[in-house]
Amino acid sequence: MKNYWWKILAILLLLYSIIMGLLGHVPALPIVHETIRNVYFHVPMWFTMFTLYIISVVYSIKYLSSSNPQHDLVAVESVNVGIVFCVFGLVSGMLWANFTWGDPWPNDPKLNGSAIATLMYLAYLVLRNALEEEQKRARISAIYNVFAFPIMIVLMYILPKTTDSLHPGSGGNSGFGQFDLDGSMKAVLYPASLGWILLGTWLLTLRFRIRKLEYQNDIRVD
Amino acid sequence: MSLLKEVTSLVRKEILLEWRFKYAINGILLYVVSTVFVCYQAFKSVDPTTWNALFWIILLFASVNAINKSFVQESPSRQLYYYTVASARAVILSKISYNMLIMLLLSALAYLVYSIIFQNPLGDPGLYFVVVVLGSIGFAAVFTMVSGISAKAGNNSTLMAILSFPIVIPLLLVLIKVSKNAMDGLDRSISLDEILVLLAINVITVAISLVLFPYLWRD
Repeated sequence: MKNYWWKILAILLLLYSIIMGLLGHVPALPIVHETIRNVYFHVPMWFTMFTLYIISVVYSIKYLSSSNPQHDLVAVESVNVGIVFCVFGLVSGMLWANFTWGDPWPNDPKLNGSAIATLMYLAYLVLRNALEEEQKRARISAIYNVFAFPIMIVLMYILPKTTDSLHPGSGGNSGFGQFDLDGSMKAVLYPASLGWILLGTWLLTLRFRIRKLEYQNDIRVD
Repeated sequence: MSLLKEVTSLVRKEILLEWRFKYAINGILLYVVSTVFVCYQAFKSVDPTTWNALFWIILLFASVNAINKSFVQESPSRQLYYYTVASARAVILSKISYNMLIMLLLSALAYLVYSIIFQNPLGDPGLYFVVVVLGSIGFAAVFTMVSGISAKAGNNSTLMAILSFPIVIPLLLVLIKVSKNAMDGLDRSISLDEILVLLAINVITVAISLVLFPYLWRD
């Protein structure tokens, strides 16, 4: 119980957010109508992806100073899980955009920025495949990860804020906070975000443990 | 030996090596001129937005090709020798400064040939030239570090492209925006913010390269 309470918390938070997200009260708005509920699912994906990428860059820095192979495994598995959440974020966003903006892929800097950032992390995985020697692979991919992280922030969070964007909160648009006058949406959005972040971390620990077992197995065979 | 002295002597060595063989520099200069001609034959005449975008795309591909080789020209044993006589920071700083010089030459030539062949009125040639200078410095800073990474991974050009293009896109977007402002002859105060962003990107890239390169060269 001491170690897995947060996994139970994650399941409870997600159950709460799914039930309340689909049944709870939402403000009646033009254009978006009931699709506003997507905010409980679309936004937490990006929070989770961002958290996982931060974990990845922290462990890459730790690897560079410690040369501990386990740190490298955490870094690569957080990128793997982060990319999955990024894909979910893109797909849920495309469904939403198709309904409200009339086009699954409007020319929006935030969409393009996140797609390019995904390309960058896929390139990270390709770079890992290109390197055969284990320590070299860990070190060089850690360097690329650290180099790419600030660019990801610029692409996804700074450039869309300075240019015209369809997204709320960018390019002079008002944020969602303005429509949520009584705070009933925040009461679902925040627990949902925490729940998805915990679920992402859980997936990361599972993947990490599998990789660690494989790694130890390889050493024993050798 | 102080860092500055190490960097200047390493840059002098790079220039000397280049001057003796002249293969890489002539090759890349010809590459630019022939790309411009290919584009000219394909497009004949273009509207101002395309003119601007095309110029940066030509410069982007030319700089990837120019900088791609910066870590593989010399044999591994000779590189080992440099690392014993100079610090890692001096090595990366000298590579970046040398690539900046090459890129300045390259972009000046590209700009000249491109604007002679594709005639297009520029509203503010002075500002446009400043943007070209800042852009070529930025390309040099980003691509030098990435070419160091891809050189360690067997240096195929596919890897260089997929690693560097996503990283260079923010820089490219800002460059295209400011150079369009310069083309339209907008007031310089409008572009001031973007020029500061360009300077900031250049400083940050060089700083990250300085921090990370000592980990990269150690085998």
